[in-house]
Amino acid sequence: MSTPFAKLPAWADYGLIPVVNLLVAFAVAGLVVLLVGENPLRAAAILFDGAFGSGQNIAYTLFYATNFIFTGLAVAVAFHAGLFNIGGEGQAYISGLGVALVALSFDAFLPWWLTFPLAILGAAATGAAWAFIPAYLQAKRGSHIVITTIMFNFIAASAMVYLLVDVLKPAGSMAPETRTLLPGAQLPKLNWMLEALGMSVRSAPLNITFLLALALAFVVWALVWRTRLGYEIRTFGFSPKAARYAGIGETRIIIVTMMISGALAGMMALNPIMGDQHRMALDFVAGAGFVGIAVALMGRSHPAGIVPAAILFGMLYQGGAELAFEMPNISRDMIVIIQGLVILFAGALENMFRPTIQTIFASLSPRSVGLPAARGEGA
Amino acid sequence: MDVLVQLLDATIRVSVPLLLACLAGLYSERSGVFDIGLEGKMLAGAFIGASAAAVSGSAWIGLLAAVGISVFFALVHGFASITHRGNQIVSGVAINFIAAGSTIILGQAWFRQGGRTPALSGDARFQAITLPGADAVKDVPVLGLLYSELISGHSILVYVAFLMVPFTWWVLFRTRFGLRLRAVGENPAAVDTAGISVTWLRYRAVICTGVLTGLAGAYLSVAQNAGFVKDMTAGKGFIALAALIFAKWKPVPAMFACLLFGFLDAASIRFQGMPWPVIGKVPVQLINALPFVLTVILLAGFIGKAIPPRAGGVPYVKER
Repeated sequence: MSTPFAKLPAWADYGLIPVVNLLVAFAVAGLVVLLVGENPLRAAAILFDGAFGSGQNIAYTLFYATNFIFTGLAVAVAFHAGLFNIGGEGQAYISGLGVALVALSFDAFLPWWLTFPLAILGAAATGAAWAFIPAYLQAKRGSHIVITTIMFNFIAASAMVYLLVDVLKPAGSMAPETRTLLPGAQLPKLNWMLEALGMSVRSAPLNITFLLALALAFVVWALVWRTRLGYEIRTFGFSPKAARYAGIGETRIIIVTMMISGALAGMMALNPIMGDQHRMALDFVAGAGFVGIAVALMGRSHPAGIVPAAILFGMLYQGGAELAFEMPNISRDMIVIIQGLVILFAGALENMFRPTIQTIFASLSPRSVGLPAARGEGA
Repeated sequence: MDVLVQLLDATIRVSVPLLLACLAGLYSERSGVFDIGLEGKMLAGAFIGASAAAVSGSAWIGLLAAVGISVFFALVHGFASITHRGNQIVSGVAINFIAAGSTIILGQAWFRQGGRTPALSGDARFQAITLPGADAVKDVPVLGLLYSELISGHSILVYVAFLMVPFTWWVLFRTRFGLRLRAVGENPAAVDTAGISVTWLRYRAVICTGVLTGLAGAYLSVAQNAGFVKDMTAGKGFIALAALIFAKWKPVPAMFACLLFGFLDAASIRFQGMPWPVIGKVPVQLINALPFVLTVILLAGFIGKAIPPRAGGVPYVKER
């Protein structure tokens, strides 16, 4: 693939441009805050304090970030193969089924440290299976994976409503949710970690799934950059033709990558079901699958970028909740706007400022952009 | 008979936003710009349309405002995907989120009714039109009933939507603009070689998309309902996208696909919880998921084959 842009130093490519894009996204979000008649700077201060002001708030921030690490990694793995998995939401939602079935079956007689690995397998298997169908259809029948995964989000939502309302709901209960899980399927909290650092946490849902998410971030890094499969995935994503020429099976890469992606998205279901609510309720994913797109784009599909990006969105979720108390004009839906703006500026318009930045670089030091000193006019 | 007429009448009403959004997508996608932001543009149009109609008291001003905001978002999509050659899917996703979030935030800030806009009445809303002679032929069996109940008595946007079908067909297949539009979606390099601007052609296509999604949004909030409620498009943009694929990117089949999906929707509301002959009670969720399931099956090539415009989703780079 030839890019129509000249090269920039790596730090500008991976540091400066994402930061500039992000700043523009937040500046536009600030305009929306102005439009509803509030002070954007004060809003930012409340948001930041709400996210990091106390141990309690930090624990909540990390709890939300856990969801986004899973879904962000899911989108990123697919990106490396040049696939856009927009179905993380549906994969996570349907995986609630895998988690709930394991948890409901074993919570009465197994301790949590035996239920947890089984539930991880259940979640990963369900997510992978749900991603397998669009992957198979893309690889074998040529149907566009974006469209199929969108359709599968809706199908998953309908299926889960049906299952929760008509099948899984205990008799005599009104709310469309499963019964409450017994302690055998309740994951231990991680609040002691923050308390060990001298912060006080009253009660926050941060749990051991956070550590699982961090471990998976490392696994994904190792998989993509340190294994043969990862090399094949990246080759396929960079140039499917070259991959085919090198004897890399197209069908295998599409299906395997999408199943890994689906499994990662699916494990997100562990966090709210076994870690927080101790039951599976309607719409427990609450958009985390879509946030994953923003997180992956912001983190440039690298785990080292995805974890901070996920924490940033965790901050927006937690801080946004506090903000809604302080400023009645701003509800949590503000995050949806910010998410959209981040996707727009860090994703679709990622190259908008590149020519300008290149011109600046070229005029400051022509060699840094790979041009001979005589032609200093940039790309 | 009455039940059937009512059902078909409901089908027409719920099909209209699908049809407008579907035709909107047709222009964009035929020119090689994928648009999964139909949902967002429709939602923004519905919100701004209802707000403007509520403030001004005129449905027409509401309609203009709805078209304006939808065209704006369409141009943002064009700016990202045509000018800056960004990823069209990513841009569409972004527009959906921006619209979903800002309609709620602005709605709450402006009207303080939990994200609703004030209820519209009188001139602020498109009223049903009784076609000439509808009352006179009401008692004529079958044809008279169909004319007075089914064809007459809709708001103007319904007629506009159905007239857009032959109009779109004419534009696409009988005008120079349409020929070029289809060409730029199949082979932009050839169009460029002929001395026609790919950029300007694609921009005109996304503007058409903006206008039609604006109409769809205005229909939802200013004609079909008396005001905006949050998230009122509820996936209609994606059903329209499904219908577009189902119709293989052709206007007349698009109308039938939208009517089919509209019929499923109307029937699922009408017969909710009623047992069916032979198969027994069908969960309403299954009927709701049917358009998506059908589209997946179609895309997989099990019933016919849906082949998208060849240059769809690929930004055009003039020089290499």
